[in-house]
Amino acid sequence: MTAPHTTAQAPGPDTTARAAATPGRPQPFAELGLTAGEYQRIVGVLGRRPTDAELAIYSVMWSEHCSYKSSRAHLRQFADKAPRTTALLAGIGQNAGVVDIGQGYAVTFKLESHNHPSYVEPFQGAATGVGGIVRDILAMGARPVAVMDALRFGPADAPDTRRVLPGVVAGISFYGNCLGLPNIGGELAFDACYAGNPLVNALCLGVMRHADLKLAAATGPGNKVVLLGSRTGPDGIGGASVLASASFQGGAMKGDGEVGGGARAENAKRPSVQVGDPFKEKLLIECCLELYAAGVVQGVQDLGAAGVACATTELAAGGGPGIGMRVRLDAVPLRDASLGPAGILMSESQERMMAIVEPAGLDRFMAICARWDVEATVIGEVTSTGRLEMTWHGDVVVDIPPRSAADEGPVYQRPVARPAGQDRLRADDPSRLARPQAGGDLRAALLAVLGSPDAADTSWVTEQYDRYVRGETVLAVPQDAGLIRVDEQTSLGVALAVDGNGRYCLLDPYAGTQLALAEAYRNVAATGARPLAVTNCLNFGSPEDPAVMWQFTEAVRGLADACLALGVPVTGGNVSFYNQTADAAIHPTPVVGVLGVHDDVRKRLAIGFGRAGCGVVLLGRTEAEFGGSLWARVTHGHLGGRPPAVRLEDERALAAVLAEAAARGLLDAAHDLSDGGLAVALAESCLAGGQGCAVRLPGDAFTWLFGESAARAVVAAAPGAEDEFAALCASHGVPAAVLGVTGGASLDVDGCFTVPLGELAAVHGGTLPALFG
Amino acid sequence: MPDERERATALAGSVRVGVVTFPGSLDDQDAARAVRRAGGTPVPLWHGDRDLRGVDAVVLPGGFSYGDYLRCGAIARFAPVMAELVPAARAGLPVLGICNGFQILCEAHLLPGALARNSKLRFISREVRVRVANAATPWTRDYRAGQELTLVLKSGEGAYVADPATLAALTERGQVLARYAGASPNGSAAGIAGVCSESGSIAGLMPHPEHAIDALTGPGEDGLGFFTSAVRALVSA
Repeated sequence: MTAPHTTAQAPGPDTTARAAATPGRPQPFAELGLTAGEYQRIVGVLGRRPTDAELAIYSVMWSEHCSYKSSRAHLRQFADKAPRTTALLAGIGQNAGVVDIGQGYAVTFKLESHNHPSYVEPFQGAATGVGGIVRDILAMGARPVAVMDALRFGPADAPDTRRVLPGVVAGISFYGNCLGLPNIGGELAFDACYAGNPLVNALCLGVMRHADLKLAAATGPGNKVVLLGSRTGPDGIGGASVLASASFQGGAMKGDGEVGGGARAENAKRPSVQVGDPFKEKLLIECCLELYAAGVVQGVQDLGAAGVACATTELAAGGGPGIGMRVRLDAVPLRDASLGPAGILMSESQERMMAIVEPAGLDRFMAICARWDVEATVIGEVTSTGRLEMTWHGDVVVDIPPRSAADEGPVYQRPVARPAGQDRLRADDPSRLARPQAGGDLRAALLAVLGSPDAADTSWVTEQYDRYVRGETVLAVPQDAGLIRVDEQTSLGVALAVDGNGRYCLLDPYAGTQLALAEAYRNVAATGARPLAVTNCLNFGSPEDPAVMWQFTEAVRGLADACLALGVPVTGGNVSFYNQTADAAIHPTPVVGVLGVHDDVRKRLAIGFGRAGCGVVLLGRTEAEFGGSLWARVTHGHLGGRPPAVRLEDERALAAVLAEAAARGLLDAAHDLSDGGLAVALAESCLAGGQGCAVRLPGDAFTWLFGESAARAVVAAAPGAEDEFAALCASHGVPAAVLGVTGGASLDVDGCFTVPLGELAAVHGGTLPALFG
Repeated sequence: MPDERERATALAGSVRVGVVTFPGSLDDQDAARAVRRAGGTPVPLWHGDRDLRGVDAVVLPGGFSYGDYLRCGAIARFAPVMAELVPAARAGLPVLGICNGFQILCEAHLLPGALARNSKLRFISREVRVRVANAATPWTRDYRAGQELTLVLKSGEGAYVADPATLAALTERGQVLARYAGASPNGSAAGIAGVCSESGSIAGLMPHPEHAIDALTGPGEDGLGFFTSAVRALVSA
């Protein structure tokens, strides 16, 4: 990756005057990921060729990663189909959505991918993924209070997974722990489709008072533009345009424009991965929160992908018509004095923010930065010219309408085609697979599924994350959802879950995405919280492949429809394309995050059977649904048929029952059913609480144990509360099958098998340590 | 008797426990909450101020002071607040260092030994059982010797190391504050989870008692005793 300034060797920088005078000079737009059509569009906007610095801005701002040019036309559905809600204080388009949770509090949350960097350099890739999402939340005016992550890797026993997984986990541990943010949950999954394209999706939750909301807008001509945090270096230059917007292709990269030369190895991308300093970020967080509290910040934007280019264009564009900005690029503090204008604009150096400050508050602003040892530099002013102008030692090197880069990039209607093999895949029904019937075979199947890497105990990973810091973590892994107390006096809290299922989505991206939403919604409900809002990270292959685009459009349509049906709006999200190596794309993997409000965290429900003598009750309808199931994959290596039926009305009813039951104190435990069905859920509840259970299944044991029908949960009814709970279920039309009772030291399925808890624990807990040491 | 109880509560509330915030401190709010729950009054102390604000005791909280660059606690030791704290501690001011705070006390030579990387070279965050070895210090007098507690261990460099002579002397002089019950999770010498000065007033603990003061947000309330011990010791002092 070569920044354009190095291709335009002196004398002097490429100024707007020179650009006007030398219209025919060839420019490396293709190497920067722009198409010839996009380049011509820039020339049309400016009425001349862009300068090198302007070309740098457009190349990163119009990259897939920043502009959403392939997805934008479809993402509109999230707004068009949004359910009516009064809970949203800021929605799509801001750095993160902001949700009113009552008592004057608002929370903001967002999921974001750092997939490509985490493959190239797992430790720093994952670490800076945490850092980036935390700054997004900070930019909204909120204090970051928790993180989660959804991780997907190649086969657990593949040699490269042993490089990528420990590196990613160590990176998240290093960065998140050092920031003092509890890591409260997430996902861990393995599949061959992620071998060259691991998915590292990080979520951050922030809390603020309503009045603290900050927007990314430059207002008030004459106000100062201040860059604060780390110095700018040559790291991550082109990360947005090259790494995040291109797929790995053997020895070459293929971006959303073509990349010249087939000799660029993946190694050539290494300098595009940024290096994180969580200590600097911790100081930046405390410094910004103190600045906000002092009332000296008029607008703020984090610096992530596309760095100064993105922050300046978005702040200026956010200011509205007539607002512009004048920036002195030579005032940007550098770590590498050889950086020129284009390199400064494209650098993705971490731990930086940009603030708009009234001149009268500047001294106070600088004093607070000094107290936190955070370097802060005035690099420009807000203007009323409506232009974003930048100078380099007095020469004008950028003069553009900011909206042309920030908001008015190209939008593509990419070709869409249902994949040729889709019908064959769906016709390959798992009903043809041999099923265990005898007790011993069912027992073996349970242990095989429970010990498979996708269902195994994730402690090897999560014990590297601090979940305790801040003292507000009520629930974390292995619970269904994370639960954070927001107010110690009133016990108000927020529950969060992230879920995705690439197998379901491959079989049917529309239904699969709805199932991911339903699972996260159910997980939040299983704590007793009321689901309120949704975020997402849409991980797909190349949008230039019509089959991938079909998966994407189906997924977006499915999510928008289901959000409407469940009454939970999408507040924001992230799209990650180009997760593919050569022609092999990952399974379509939308990861959905659901946030809920808990009125009294002291009444939270946890998954563990912690007391003997509670009634074990299965809520919901159980059908013979095995398409995409964990059982079919673990025992037969099979993926085909249809995913379980989507039952959104049932999900709503189930959530209502769980919230009401929690508030009334009718339950001792609740656990949602998902991968591996009732078999895995019962085993996990026994292990989490240390109590066994004895159950009798009312129908075909195999179907009841391993089917993956949606809208189900298993609960432990408190002794004496069984009748009241049964009446509650009946009033909501939720089927409730009493299966047995908690207690004992084994999982006992009447007429089928008994497994001592010790054996369950050894199988469940032994897998990851055996693989990763 | 109500008068006496009220008087005791009022006295406890007058016990002021400083909690130092270094750049990169993370558990300072948790430590302050534990002090409050124990009946004392937490007083924030700032790393850059040479001022202990007249506190009766000090907690150095967990975190990554100054990014833990160079070596954990190695830079914090030179913070302006430490110039006041070190002589005060030597003169008897009760000081508890938790995790990073323990590392700082060792770097400042207020406690013997050092903390090295965990034996498996990975960060460990989980509940651990520890056994109180010395229940006669201002920080442990509300426990019984031999009492087992569930606390939270969360550290990457938590393996206590010291030369054999020092280890022998620690045991002999009752300077082992607590040991891990069962196998040491991080490779600590002699299973040591915490040590104290000869007088017992300066204590360092690798597991976090401040994360174990409420069953809602931690493993239970076993850790509260470190803070009630200090508050009570100071009331009766």
